Amino acid sequence: MTEKQQHVKLSDTKRARFPLVMLSLVLLLLLGLVINANTGSVSIPASRVFQMISDWIRYGIMNLFGSGKYADKMAEIINKDTESQILFRIRLPRVLLASLLGGALSVSGYLLQVFFRNPIAGPFVLGISSGAKMIVGLAIIFLMPLTGNFSSGFLMCASFFGSLLITLLVLLFSQKVQNMSMLLVIGIMVGYICSAVTDFCITFANEHDVVNLTNWSMGSFSGANWDQVKTALLICVPGTIIAFFLSKPIEAYLLSEAYAASMGVPVKSFRVILLLVSSLLSACVTAIAGPVSFVGIAVPHITRVLLRSSKPRYIIPCVFLCGAVFCVFCDLIARTVFSPVELKIGTVTSVFGAPVVIYLMIKRRSERRV
Amino acid sequence: MPLTFSTQDLTVGYNKRILIQNINIQLEPGTILTLIGPNGAGKSTVLKTITRQLQALSGTVFIGNLSSAIFSNREFARKASVLLTEHVDPERMTCEEVVAMGRYPYTNMFGTLSDHDKEVIRESLELVHASVLSDRDFSTLSDGQRQRIMLARAICQEPEILILDEPTAYLDIRFKIETLEILQKMSREKGIIVIMSLHEIDLAMKVSDKLLCLDGEKVISYGSPEDIFSNHVIEDLYQFENGTYNNLFGSVEMPKITGEPLVFVIAGNGCGTPIFRALQRKGIPFAAGILFENDVDCQTAVSLSSHVVINKAFETISEDKIRAAEQYIRNCKYVLDSGTVIGPLNEANIELISFAQENGLPVFKRVEELSL
Repeated sequence: MTEKQQHVKLSDTKRARFPLVMLSLVLLLLLGLVINANTGSVSIPASRVFQMISDWIRYGIMNLFGSGKYADKMAEIINKDTESQILFRIRLPRVLLASLLGGALSVSGYLLQVFFRNPIAGPFVLGISSGAKMIVGLAIIFLMPLTGNFSSGFLMCASFFGSLLITLLVLLFSQKVQNMSMLLVIGIMVGYICSAVTDFCITFANEHDVVNLTNWSMGSFSGANWDQVKTALLICVPGTIIAFFLSKPIEAYLLSEAYAASMGVPVKSFRVILLLVSSLLSACVTAIAGPVSFVGIAVPHITRVLLRSSKPRYIIPCVFLCGAVFCVFCDLIARTVFSPVELKIGTVTSVFGAPVVIYLMIKRRSERRV
Repeated sequence: MPLTFSTQDLTVGYNKRILIQNINIQLEPGTILTLIGPNGAGKSTVLKTITRQLQALSGTVFIGNLSSAIFSNREFARKASVLLTEHVDPERMTCEEVVAMGRYPYTNMFGTLSDHDKEVIRESLELVHASVLSDRDFSTLSDGQRQRIMLARAICQEPEILILDEPTAYLDIRFKIETLEILQKMSREKGIIVIMSLHEIDLAMKVSDKLLCLDGEKVISYGSPEDIFSNHVIEDLYQFENGTYNNLFGSVEMPKITGEPLVFVIAGNGCGTPIFRALQRKGIPFAAGILFENDVDCQTAVSLSSHVVINKAFETISEDKIRAAEQYIRNCKYVLDSGTVIGPLNEANIELISFAQENGLPVFKRVEELSL
């Protein structure tokens, strides 16, 4: 009896960690949103930030039920003064975009880790982000002069195609090597090849197209607008929800492919869905913000440590939130530390993300030896 | 309700290359079938085909009277569960969570466990004597403990048919027996059909109701352990040199040392066996006698030497056997007295000792005393 009681207690403490971690992450995210909104070349007091946002939301809701009567009021809040314009036109979309894309990138990384059963898989290290960039680059340089349009939907498709292409390529290689470090090396090499192709094209492309490409590939959340936020919302949130609904087969798959099949997981279609969702999420990020490094590896790992569990149905929502927090703060650092000069978001995420990868590799190595 | 299991003209293989043809087995509920055969005999291939990991090249697997191919993944998972040889290494999962995975085909799309599910998980852990491990991190366990948790996982799936690929691999001898005991209990009490592959022939002969012997090309034999025993199938299957494998005990001895015997061992009652083995290790050819054919020493002696003087069981030692033994002693350099019990029937062995001494042969009691 005592054993049973103890047993219940242990699983309960484990379950209690999840709401605790989720709550802390939500609070951190809110904090990040507020700090991001009020810091910058023009600092807006937090109280004003709250007031403006709450007014806007209030009218937004009233507008929803009042069939557009309050649209003027909303516009008035936005256009009231410089501060409100900075908040609504620049900072708010930027911080929302950073959190959505950060979350998406982390979930994408987590799914790749499940797929390759390798804790250092991620869209950036496997060269998938660079692949997406290459295809987008080729599209901008060779297709845009023909079609003449430069819509975000077009970029998204090119990016998705690139992500999927490189994922399949890496998948092909991964069947030849079982070793986790080798997979990483292959991913980095593929990434270099893609970058080389991109650079090659830039060298011979005409100037006007290059400007388009460089702007895009800077890898930054600067210049975020509400359209991008909407696009990100439409892709990242459903993508993450699909991933969440895959929690059960993911858990079985973590055991092994053969065991998952023996428990009734339709392994083939499961793998396809996993890759598609992961590619879609990382493609969305790459299309909007350019390649962002190491978030996909670092965040899932941090989440596992925080939760002390690998139950996918706890991990996936946490990974998304944690990724949002991570990117919001990285973006804050990117735009404020050397202000007025802005750093690339990838620079900051690398500084915090790469050490996690090094740590994971060393830890793995020493475990092997034992 | 317990189901039967059968195969009809089942042909298995990889990539359309046929490995084993025409497997026909028929199992009643509560039967244990063991696949035996040398490495690469196709045991795993057959098991993988039964579990639908590989497609059958032709023929049908029946569960009850339905072809296994018509079941959906989920239905099939409720009928059959597996224990594989592959090493699993899930990160940060407790043993209980690993076992709980067995409820997969029964839970809703989020894998929520009902009270009944939790009860089955607890029972499964108890059945493999691993309740104390339930909160331990799976990755901290020893290989033997892992194997037991994976067995609990398979049991937790509440299958009609339990399919195990080398369930005793990685286990020490006590856990081997314990594992097989659990399987016997499952089959007897719940009517579960157990299909497994084993490398330990001796255990296979003892635990199985049916044996399927494979050699990588065909089914060598299929039947009860008694049939397999009386037809000396094992020796052929593993191509044992005569004597190496003991059909009665299912045990093996190292190959005998050939050549003219140097030592004559007076054995009997089990006292001779350790001496035979010691001589084999030193590479010394020996003769042994005079043994009754029902003596345990007789079993090992014929495995380890071609020069054994054997007398009929329950009869006094005959004159010609004594002559034969004396002949051996004359040609040997030493005599080893194993210290066997001497009774009215084997008094001749005492005479052999005096015969050796008369002929000037040193008589020792222990192998170490020999100066070769």
